[in-house]
Amino acid sequence: MMESQIPALIALTLALFAIIVPAFGLKNENYAQPLAVIGAGVASLFSLVGLINFLNSGEAIRYSFGGWTVPVGVEFLYDGIAAFFVLVINSVAFFVLIYSLHVSEKDLSGRKAAYYALTMLMMLGFNGIVLTGDLFTLFVFLEISSLASYGLLAIGDKPAPYSAYRYLIIGTIGGSLYLLGIGFLYTVTGTLNIIDMSGMLPQLFENNAVFGAIILMVVGIAVKAALFPMHGWLPDAYTFSTSSSTALIAPIGTKIGAYTLFRIVFWLFGLDIVNFFAPVTYTLGLLACIGILYGSIMAIAQTEFKKMLAYSSVSQIGYIIMGLSLANPWGFAGALLHVLNHSVMKAALFMVSGYLRMKEGHSDIRHFNDTYRKKYPWMMAFFTLAAISMVGLPPLAGFFSKWYLALGSVNNSNWLFLTVILTSTLLNAVYFFRILERVYMKNPDQAGDTNGEIAVQEYTLDPTPASVLIPTGILAIGLLVIGLTNAIIVGFILNIAPFG
Amino acid sequence: MKKKMIDFILGHYAYWFTIIIMCIGLYGILFKRNLIKKTIGLTIFQSSIVLFYVSIASKWDATVTVLDENIPIENVSNYLNPLPHTLMLTAIVVGVAILGASYALLINIYNRYGTLDEQELLDKIS
Repeated sequence: MMESQIPALIALTLALFAIIVPAFGLKNENYAQPLAVIGAGVASLFSLVGLINFLNSGEAIRYSFGGWTVPVGVEFLYDGIAAFFVLVINSVAFFVLIYSLHVSEKDLSGRKAAYYALTMLMMLGFNGIVLTGDLFTLFVFLEISSLASYGLLAIGDKPAPYSAYRYLIIGTIGGSLYLLGIGFLYTVTGTLNIIDMSGMLPQLFENNAVFGAIILMVVGIAVKAALFPMHGWLPDAYTFSTSSSTALIAPIGTKIGAYTLFRIVFWLFGLDIVNFFAPVTYTLGLLACIGILYGSIMAIAQTEFKKMLAYSSVSQIGYIIMGLSLANPWGFAGALLHVLNHSVMKAALFMVSGYLRMKEGHSDIRHFNDTYRKKYPWMMAFFTLAAISMVGLPPLAGFFSKWYLALGSVNNSNWLFLTVILTSTLLNAVYFFRILERVYMKNPDQAGDTNGEIAVQEYTLDPTPASVLIPTGILAIGLLVIGLTNAIIVGFILNIAPFG
Repeated sequence: MKKKMIDFILGHYAYWFTIIIMCIGLYGILFKRNLIKKTIGLTIFQSSIVLFYVSIASKWDATVTVLDENIPIENVSNYLNPLPHTLMLTAIVVGVAILGASYALLINIYNRYGTLDEQELLDKIS
């Protein structure tokens, strides 16, 4: 009985905690963070139960609100891909919220109740996007999550409000284009439900309105996913905002955009209709290729650790869209596995960078040296694990998603994509090994060092708080676990792939 | 051919207005240097989409969606479809929330930099 309520329970838990957090947090702001952690924890628990239930029964849950059945009412659609995404985003958010206890103390003091209420609202929006089976409700949840994330990204360094404002402008245009696209579809089908509409669209193959809707919706969502030409808002917004915001939004935010693209391309339109007028998915793949190379090269050019990771995010979203563009089971498996891997890797990397920022007051790569290894041995070990996984060395998780994407490219005889994957692996290695080299080999006492003035330094072991160490550790070790159990995860993903 | 063209333009005049308003909004967003004017452009852009939804659901000689004894239920052309209009109520609320958030950000920007001119801001940031 309880199982059929899971989709609503996940969203309602977060909605409830979005009210509970400020209600208690305004009395004593120290309550806000633990309550938010509990909220995300309960939501991940429900998602886990839901996924296990889905694995046992193998049936998607269609949850109609208020007993109004489709197409009159609004429904939540809890199928395999939704179950997968909900579990990934909620559990990553759970660890990041634990981590945020001390890290953003300076930026957040006095405003914690509002901050954690916003995080809960944003998670509600993200979960809603994933769960909803209705295109207009998807738009509303998209705007809820975007509004909350504008607020979260505006907290931080001096330029943070300006970078958040730029994100607001471009994000709102994206959302509006998506809304216009739904309008086109509504005029020709008369429904907003995804399953209902996907049943009618095959009869509207040659309708221009459908093609217009495809372009508008894909462009609108690609803004949120930060696909290459629409990525301009991302690097500044991630760099200037406070560390806990970045660690929360970077792993999750752009993946939700990618999820919506998957939902639209495979479940709503289907590949035949999407590619009827123009090769839309192949164009997306080409843009993803440019994005992968551009993001990696820009990441190499950065001297600021956080900005480098932000550019690396632009590059990594390209892999996921490339998997969509390949449109075969291996590409699909690689893309979804990369969603999981990249969420975990990026969360761990941004957690390390945020902690360094808090302790050292900067995160400039030129000042990294081997005192960091002595001061933060565990954090650097976790950083190394995540960095090597980003580069893609087996048996860490990052290798396998690239492996499946490469398999998919070979399967399609798409040698361009294969070349891009291999080249970008080299570029990733350049920008991560540069830091590893500084952290493990560079001795500031040696002569010829450009930073001679910091030669005499005390190396005291840093007392890393458990709230930082444990979540980062779990995510980093998780990469190893995901890497070793990837066969099981890929088996599940291939099961839910929409390719018959 | 010419008549067909004129019919096409006149028959879709509501959509042409939508497109014109959308272009005005986009012009404001892209070319205005003052951030307040950019925000106004954004609002105009969103309004064009609201107008689009309202125009697709409008009908001549139709009444509200309450069953009237004089009009049999089969006469669907005499009843309005209220759904697009109600959807737009939500979209307008979303637009207002975005406007509020953007003004909050603008106040913050002004307090930190003392200007809302985009070029001056970019000079000060870099």
